[in-house]
Amino acid sequence: MSAESYAWTAHEIRDAVTSGAVSARAVAESYLARIEACDQKVQAYVDVWAESALAQADAVDARLARGEDVGPLAGVPVGLKDLFCTKQGFTTCCSKILKGYRSPFDATVVERLADAGAVFLGKLNMDEFAMGSSTENSAVQVTRNPWNLACVPGGSSGGSAAAVAADECAFALGSDTGGSIRQPAACCGCVGLKPTYGRVSRYGLVAFASSLDQVGPLTKDVEDCALAMNVLSGRDERDSTSADLPVGDFTAALRPDAKGLRIGLPKEYFTDALGADMREKIEAAVSALEGQGAEVVEVSLPHTEYAVAVYYIICTAEASANLARFDGVRYGHRAAAAADVEELYRRTKTEGFGPEVQRRILLGTYVLSSGYYDAYYSKAQRVRSLIRKDFLDAFEQCDVIVGPTSPTPAFRLGEKTADPLEMYLSDIYTISINLAGIPAMSMPCGLTESGLPAGLQIMGKPFDEATILRVGYAYEQNRGLDMGRPAVA
Amino acid sequence: MEYEAVIGMEVHVELNTDSKVFCGCSTDFDAPPNTNVCPVCLGMPGVLPVINRMAVEYSVAAGLALGCTISRWSKMDRKNYFYPDLAKNYQISQYDLPLTYDGSLEIEVDGVRKRIGITRAHLEEDTARNTHSLGGGVSGVDFNRSGVALLEIVSEPDIRSAAEAFAYLTALKQILQYLGVSDCNMEEGSLRAEANISLRPVGATEFGTKTEVKNVASFSGTQRAIEYEIARQRAILEEGGAVLQETRGWDADRGVTVSQRSKESAHDYRYFPEPDLVPLAVDEAWEATIRETLPELPQARRDRFMEQYGLPAYDTGVLTADRAMADYFEAVVEAGAEPKQAGNWVMGDLQKLLADGDVPIGECRVEPDGLAAMIGLIDKGVISGKIAKDVLAEMFATGKAPGTVVEQRGLVQISDADELAEVARAVIEANPGPAGDYRGGKKNALGFLVGQMMKATKGKANPKLANELLQHELEKG
Amino acid sequence: MGKITKQDVEYVSGLAHLTLDEETKERLVGELSEILGYMEKLNELDTSNIEPTMHALEMTNVYREDKVQPSLDRETALMNAPDSDGEYFLVPKILDTE
Ligand SMILES: [Mg+2]
Ligand SMILES: [Zn+2]
Repeated sequence: MSAESYAWTAHEIRDAVTSGAVSARAVAESYLARIEACDQKVQAYVDVWAESALAQADAVDARLARGEDVGPLAGVPVGLKDLFCTKQGFTTCCSKILKGYRSPFDATVVERLADAGAVFLGKLNMDEFAMGSSTENSAVQVTRNPWNLACVPGGSSGGSAAAVAADECAFALGSDTGGSIRQPAACCGCVGLKPTYGRVSRYGLVAFASSLDQVGPLTKDVEDCALAMNVLSGRDERDSTSADLPVGDFTAALRPDAKGLRIGLPKEYFTDALGADMREKIEAAVSALEGQGAEVVEVSLPHTEYAVAVYYIICTAEASANLARFDGVRYGHRAAAAADVEELYRRTKTEGFGPEVQRRILLGTYVLSSGYYDAYYSKAQRVRSLIRKDFLDAFEQCDVIVGPTSPTPAFRLGEKTADPLEMYLSDIYTISINLAGIPAMSMPCGLTESGLPAGLQIMGKPFDEATILRVGYAYEQNRGLDMGRPAVA
Repeated sequence: MEYEAVIGMEVHVELNTDSKVFCGCSTDFDAPPNTNVCPVCLGMPGVLPVINRMAVEYSVAAGLALGCTISRWSKMDRKNYFYPDLAKNYQISQYDLPLTYDGSLEIEVDGVRKRIGITRAHLEEDTARNTHSLGGGVSGVDFNRSGVALLEIVSEPDIRSAAEAFAYLTALKQILQYLGVSDCNMEEGSLRAEANISLRPVGATEFGTKTEVKNVASFSGTQRAIEYEIARQRAILEEGGAVLQETRGWDADRGVTVSQRSKESAHDYRYFPEPDLVPLAVDEAWEATIRETLPELPQARRDRFMEQYGLPAYDTGVLTADRAMADYFEAVVEAGAEPKQAGNWVMGDLQKLLADGDVPIGECRVEPDGLAAMIGLIDKGVISGKIAKDVLAEMFATGKAPGTVVEQRGLVQISDADELAEVARAVIEANPGPAGDYRGGKKNALGFLVGQMMKATKGKANPKLANELLQHELEKG
Repeated sequence: MGKITKQDVEYVSGLAHLTLDEETKERLVGELSEILGYMEKLNELDTSNIEPTMHALEMTNVYREDKVQPSLDRETALMNAPDSDGEYFLVPKILDTE
């Protein structure tokens, strides 16, 4: 273990703090120093809460000193994507329209992390309202990929992924509507899990597309991911869509082998669209799992090619309603000197929302508008049923499905922003999972020739995050490659 | 050409839940502005709605009372439009799968009964309230009402006159109050009615162009507004003009409807299923449980009152207008009072005392068995009907039992013939003129003398006995 | 489904309360046409016998009990208001009554 605690995993920090080997304050100081040293380059944080982080760390140390229970994340420094509501600081979704907004409440997941003893380092950059795949749509700043500062960190949880990769937090919370945890995790070489829809409370997550959004962790390793899921999961009476199902102990399910597990490879994911370099990495990972006792079967997800169309109808429709509330009446940006309410709305929204958000609001408004509902929204909901059924059928033959997280590694800043459809199509491997509501995790499976991480995606049955984590752990423990850490500072 | 009016009603009632439909804020009407608000009903970023079970049960109860079918599978939808009273700029409502649908309501106008179809009754959330009286070119928004549970009840276009509309509203309000699901207080806005009115030539089956009349503050105002609107449309049609489809408001002071906004800017509400809520599935068992809680409804109760108690139609109408009143009446009869007499006292003196004191019957200090006991005292000749009025007033004011009032105030009727004969003689002696008149054949002079006897006994004389004794004494002397 | 027109963009931006300049309108006509054109792919599928999926989660009847919970104090409720008199959220005078 490195002497610098910022390089440790969350479980290492928790063990060291709980055993008294290091104080929570020392860990927090180490991370704050790391942020100080790196974030000018990475630009992951939009707000750093140094003072309160130290106070929270001191509180953990004080509880320990009194012999009190300190929780499963005692002293673990965490970063939050800027769409989690926090009483502390601002909650802006990296949009101009929410500049300066202070939430009067904490998101359920924030409360759960706090109860578990976590220390909050601050808020992380993202694509405005989680709309994007590169974090370039942030109204605040451009975050860079720690592996190559000329490249994007992925998105929309790009700040979260970059902060974890650059050791600027022990783990981070992200949200995933169509891949927004897994794709940046893949781009930055982190572990990122999108839980089953309903597994983690959405209360206090500023909504993008309500039927698709899920909260999840971005971590340095699989064990941390399991640890975070133990804390985040479970029914919340403030979220009607949170499932009332037992959670169990995800860390207890981790085993360093894959014996008796059947791994499905979807033939639709291994086409020419997948770069040769990326394909090689995925195949090597599958071989490693076979070496651990897994049985590999081919499965089919025949409606994969329709997923992007379905997704961009449903998510924009829901977003067009979810974002209607930002109107300058109760909070947020208000255009100056509007003569009447109509003008107030129009100018506030036009000034406050960035181009991608406006584009999606317009698209979503269009597909719901009179005369088009059946052709677009209703049609998309029906094809969504087919996509979901594809997965449930495939899971008759296997325990998990494995494939790439994205067709290519991180691209260069500015490379793709010109063409929205091309950008949308890069979400091809991640969005079907949100449409089906199933859990999926991305984890690093080596570096491509360009020196950027490749992401392996492991998809599971509904509410079977445990098997995903077990497969991921088996692979991680036996993958036989050392990716190292990006050299940022 | 003869025209007939085609009228459909849309009624919004606030449900009587303690907390709002999607959050735990109080529904208290009197709270200062923006004090019954939370992140959910302010539509703040990150919030989610969780539906109030009681609001669903009240909606189902109302649906059942209106003879509606209860959907086994229903859902909430988002209705998208922008307005400063709408916290999220969408209203959570129901679109294609309302909780209840396809019922009817019986009304009676001029003794003729008629059924008005109920298209649907669906659950939704109320909006905030805007105030325009702050001056300074601004309007204020108070979100206390935002998110209060609303039931929207839509009728079929079965109503043909303003009087029928009035009867419809009255019957609907009565049923909802019987159920206890809404206060239906139009002044506080817990009941809001809109009428869709069109005219067509008698015999035609197609609908004419309709106008929507809203912002009426009372049932009688609604009736007047509809009357006005029918006349207005008829005048247009008779001149060969065309009615413009629009929303019209009621100006009660001038007694006219005025155009508010034409429907050219037809709303495109972009309804879609509310993804933050899961479907509502009211199965047979749940429906049956709710059905068991339903009270006897007004029409059934009126029919039974006539049948069981032999009361006239007018009395049953008055006694059943309010469920608590009808319950009270039945309790008085249960305690032993004769129904017609019980009805007269409840509808008469008691009702007046309640109205004068602005006391709801639920808080009346005269218990039903107390009123029955008081009626018993009259029957037994212990007190006169006239004295009983005073006794009731004191019972009402103090909550004392009738026997106690009678005893403490010495109000027992004098039925002792010897004692009263003495008073009669004294009265005759003191009033020789009227006594002489009587004896001279002016029989109506007796009334004055009886009055004097009552005065002398402070009203306690048994009037029948006093009458007899006076005649006896006059004729004998 | 067809190619989106400038009138469509104007209609939709009206519903969404966004003001677009001419250049943006032109750009959006192109972009939205391309995206919506791509979505026509869904017409390849016969979905006449397929039920729509509203939620990936098959849940029904999630309720809260009718209990009053504490509200925000007014100061907090109005904390983020761009304009307020300490009692109300203020907006430019509303003339048209809904
Ligand atoms: Mg309504
Ligand atoms: Zn509330």
